[in-house]
Amino acid sequence: MKRVPLYAAALGFIVFAGFPFYWMFITAFKQNRDLYVGAFDTRHVPWIFNDPPTLEHVRLLFGQTDFLRWVANTLLVIVAVVIITVALAVPAGYSLARLVGRWGGRLGMGIFFTYLIPPTLLFIPFSRVIALLGLQNSLGALILVYPTITVPFCTWLVMGFVRSVPWDIEEQAMIDGYSRLAVIIRIAPRLILPGILTVVVFTFTLVMQEFVYALTFISSVDRMTVSLGVPIALVRGDVYHWGSLMAAALFTSIPLAILYNLFIDRFIQGFTMGAVKG
Amino acid sequence: MSETSAGVEIRQLHKRFKGGDHDAVDGVDLSIRDGELLVLLGPSGCGKTTLLRMIAGLEHPSAGEIYIAGRRVDQDVPPRARGIAMVFQSYALYPHRTVSGNIAFPLEAAHLPRAVIAEKVRWAAELFGIAGYLDRYPRQLSGGERQRVALCRAVVRDPQVFLLDEPLANLDAKLRNTARDELKRFQRQIKRTTVYVTHDQVEAMGLGDRIAVMDRGKVRQVGTPHEVYEDPVDTFVATFLGQPPMNLVEQPGGGGRTLLGFRPEHLLPSDHFGDREPLHPIPLIVRRVEYLGSDRYVYGTVEFAPDATVIAKLPANIGRAIPEEEGGRLDFAVPERALCHFDAQTGARVRR
Repeated sequence: MKRVPLYAAALGFIVFAGFPFYWMFITAFKQNRDLYVGAFDTRHVPWIFNDPPTLEHVRLLFGQTDFLRWVANTLLVIVAVVIITVALAVPAGYSLARLVGRWGGRLGMGIFFTYLIPPTLLFIPFSRVIALLGLQNSLGALILVYPTITVPFCTWLVMGFVRSVPWDIEEQAMIDGYSRLAVIIRIAPRLILPGILTVVVFTFTLVMQEFVYALTFISSVDRMTVSLGVPIALVRGDVYHWGSLMAAALFTSIPLAILYNLFIDRFIQGFTMGAVKG
Repeated sequence: MSETSAGVEIRQLHKRFKGGDHDAVDGVDLSIRDGELLVLLGPSGCGKTTLLRMIAGLEHPSAGEIYIAGRRVDQDVPPRARGIAMVFQSYALYPHRTVSGNIAFPLEAAHLPRAVIAEKVRWAAELFGIAGYLDRYPRQLSGGERQRVALCRAVVRDPQVFLLDEPLANLDAKLRNTARDELKRFQRQIKRTTVYVTHDQVEAMGLGDRIAVMDRGKVRQVGTPHEVYEDPVDTFVATFLGQPPMNLVEQPGGGGRTLLGFRPEHLLPSDHFGDREPLHPIPLIVRRVEYLGSDRYVYGTVEFAPDATVIAKLPANIGRAIPEEEGGRLDFAVPERALCHFDAQTGARVRR
């Protein structure tokens, strides 16, 4: 019986966290006359289907917008940015934690500070650079710019993570038959795998939600990412296509939710390990 | 040293860490014989672990030479090629590998055939009685079991030299005694040169064929447990070994130039000794008596050096009738043969 308040609190959080998903779900499948009811109709219950559900909004999303194209674009950018971020941040974080000594921490902080400069300040100078490189209105612009956010943060993240893994294990591997280089290439990645997965999840999330840079650098509809294309195509003037907007949000959040649940333990571990020891 | 002998020879070894203002290892000469278990003993920060890590090749010496089995290794031989195996204090097990995966690790690194690896893993696991745990992960094992896994992994490499860095320090006191016994029996059985680092004098005395006592980067004395205990070369060795440590008091009439040293167990009631034993009387003024079951510690002072605390360790069957009240004067003495003299300035032993 002592656990009743605990369960009550947990239930409260479930409702709090789950409600947006529920709202997304019913809005995506409600008929328009069920959605847009005047404020004076007090008998209307907004959180249930008053009329039978419909696929009308989903059809609009897939039939009349480039949603699938945007999903493909987003995935392409994600894969490229994840590869770049892992390739740069993991070796950088590892070496800052292991090899540099006293300066490692200071350099790490310096790198982290660059992450604190907001995109709303940086997009103007970036647009000059992008134009100079001839990358305007192409996914290449995003693939080039997103790592400026992910690499510093993830370097710092990996650094904290590597510090929490005892060096003994790597030294043991050097005695057991590996060279320093072989340890870095073959042993260390396995030891810091949770940290690397954290980097992947963070990068994935960032690219999924980024809006400012996408809006600045992409103008053609067929080159947009999900986070940019959906509001641009489904908010026409002051008309919000709520059903289709919510359908788009639903279809993009499902894979994210699955990804997070697969890695949730390691994700949390990655953050806390970095936080406590780094 | 002959070519076949798998001893370790250390000559004038120095190590200064970057930014340090003194040598962590300061001119060590040490000759570790083939097949012996040598203990590096000293307080924390004395350089014993640094010395071990230089033998392993995990640290580069600032100066000096290291030979393993007659081959010079300090310049450019990496740890994996030195014919050594090491057990860390933390055991450094690979957390994502099972027990058998951990033991097999050095063998896989050497690209041995799978059947040979399996056979060696089984042999080592049976040697240490962990054959039943081969499929478990390190996090599912107790401290003692982890330590055995680490030893197994060291053994399968079939090294010329074992390097052990406080392998018992993470075990609880009860387990440590049995683990120490096992370790000693195991080392006798395989007869491999072993260098064992510890700060625990009981471990050092119990395990070591010889002990090298270290302090502030220097080896103070090398000898059998008996030699370093009974015949210390200076006041550091004299007070570092022994529980309680050797008593040091100024010699009466010596002008403060000489210290008199004697072990607490040699300070006994005068009438306990035989008539022919030449005695050095040390009248003790009692401050406190501690009853410890098998022994009693008598804390007190002596008249000729009132500032120093002197401890006498009495076995339960000796001096049962001594008065225990504070301020009482006891007629105690030390046999002449058990006295050591030290230079008060340098701490070095003065032989007579």
